[in-house]
Amino acid sequence: MIHLLTIDWLLMLEKLILIAIIVMFSLLVAMYSTYAERKIAAFMQDRIGPNRAGPFGILQPLADGGKLFFKEEIIPSSSNKILFILGPSLAMLTAMMTCAVVPWSTDLHLFNKTIPLQIADVNIGILYVFAVVSLGVYGIMIGGWASNNKFSLLAALRGASQVISYELAMGIAFIALLMLTGSLSLRTIVEQQVTSHWNIWYQPLGFLIFFVCALAECNRTPFDLSEAESELNMGYHQEYSSMKLGFYLFAEYVNMFISSAIMATLYFGGYDIPFFNEAAHTDWGNWLAIAGAVCFMIKISIFIFTFMWIRWTVPRFRYDQLMTLGWKKLIPLALANMLITGAVVLWMHK
Amino acid sequence: MTATEILFWFLSALALFSALMVLISKNPVHSVLWLIVVFFAISGHYILLNAQFLAIVNLIVYAGAIMVLFLFVIMLMNLNNASEPQRNSLIKLAGVVAGCLLLMVMVSAVRSAGEISHSQATSDGGIGLIENLGTVLFTQYVVPFEISSVLFLSAMVGAVVIGKK
Repeated sequence: MIHLLTIDWLLMLEKLILIAIIVMFSLLVAMYSTYAERKIAAFMQDRIGPNRAGPFGILQPLADGGKLFFKEEIIPSSSNKILFILGPSLAMLTAMMTCAVVPWSTDLHLFNKTIPLQIADVNIGILYVFAVVSLGVYGIMIGGWASNNKFSLLAALRGASQVISYELAMGIAFIALLMLTGSLSLRTIVEQQVTSHWNIWYQPLGFLIFFVCALAECNRTPFDLSEAESELNMGYHQEYSSMKLGFYLFAEYVNMFISSAIMATLYFGGYDIPFFNEAAHTDWGNWLAIAGAVCFMIKISIFIFTFMWIRWTVPRFRYDQLMTLGWKKLIPLALANMLITGAVVLWMHK
Repeated sequence: MTATEILFWFLSALALFSALMVLISKNPVHSVLWLIVVFFAISGHYILLNAQFLAIVNLIVYAGAIMVLFLFVIMLMNLNNASEPQRNSLIKLAGVVAGCLLLMVMVSAVRSAGEISHSQATSDGGIGLIENLGTVLFTQYVVPFEISSVLFLSAMVGAVVIGKK
């Protein structure tokens, strides 16, 4: 619990440094996700991919970023200027906000202090994630509307209705998981999985629903209807140029990183090292925390790879197929999963 | 002034300012966005009262769901200043009188409630935490809770029926 009555400046400084590190790290991962995406796409299409900037093209993201910064910034004269700038800012902000509750690893012990590798261990962690996800719509909607372009508006409406529809199934999948864990705090959920089995063994269907919804919430293929260039020219960011466009594209990668982190936390044990008993090696101290964080990153990387793998394998859905899948398949499935989980939990406790 | 007080005054000022902006804004889309800011400020107040669950549910339900639908409708209708109907001055006067009367009722209610709530505000007030709220809802108030959920369900069914016509 945060003490609001007296300002603990040392704690504030510690948290500020932690926030800076985590935000920088998320941006770095997102930056290299763009590189990974291009390399994986190239591999799957039997090409080489970016290979000019630096060895193996490893400086390509920097070159892309530099290019975006130096491009001419165009604000359409018929657009609503404030909202036009607010759109990409909100998209980026909501993408970054979720990382506040993700537990990155066990506590670090530095300078006679215990430093938790989590910005805020709030007791409503999952609901916070859910709230931020539901706010993510505004970036797309405001940007699409403020552009004053019919294609942008259509894409924004598509994107928003898609996110709203898939939020429901995602929420119900959450509830089934919460019945098992009995806690909303992400740290507690991970600790339970460290001492016991991973939640994926108890909630395989719930995870599948969650994964499909995560794809839809990130606007990734096969759910990238708001960017369907064959029907909508380019999508909700059609009028955007320079770094404002970069923010929209970049927010997608940050979202992908964070939703992979959430999935790894909820279903795959977070920073738990598989086939390894952490409780027997407490004398390792900080190294254990670092090993946990590395393990967490490997899990996240596998998820990010899966996202990209799907993107370059599966074609885009049609809009009515998307809605049918969301409302008529995933929600009843999630409800059935919730009811069965509830019945089993009740039966096991008796 | 402690951090809580600073936050309280900041959030109150923000809530009042953005509530005013909801009314003053000419563009309906701006009004909706200011209303979202109001919900954020109120959620901040909930957190100050140690009611994190209420705060986050307020954000999920109002800012995340209801206001998105508002924005949807307003964007599709494409309202602008010209299409707003001009009301005559008599109705405007009646509106001002009604608003002032409502303000008076509210001020008197707050004045009489000020003495009672002071003792509760200083206690730790853990009722907003999810465990306590859930226990109270499912034991003490289980019948009203279930009845209101049936009401929601019937409203949903009604909306689907009207939508199908």
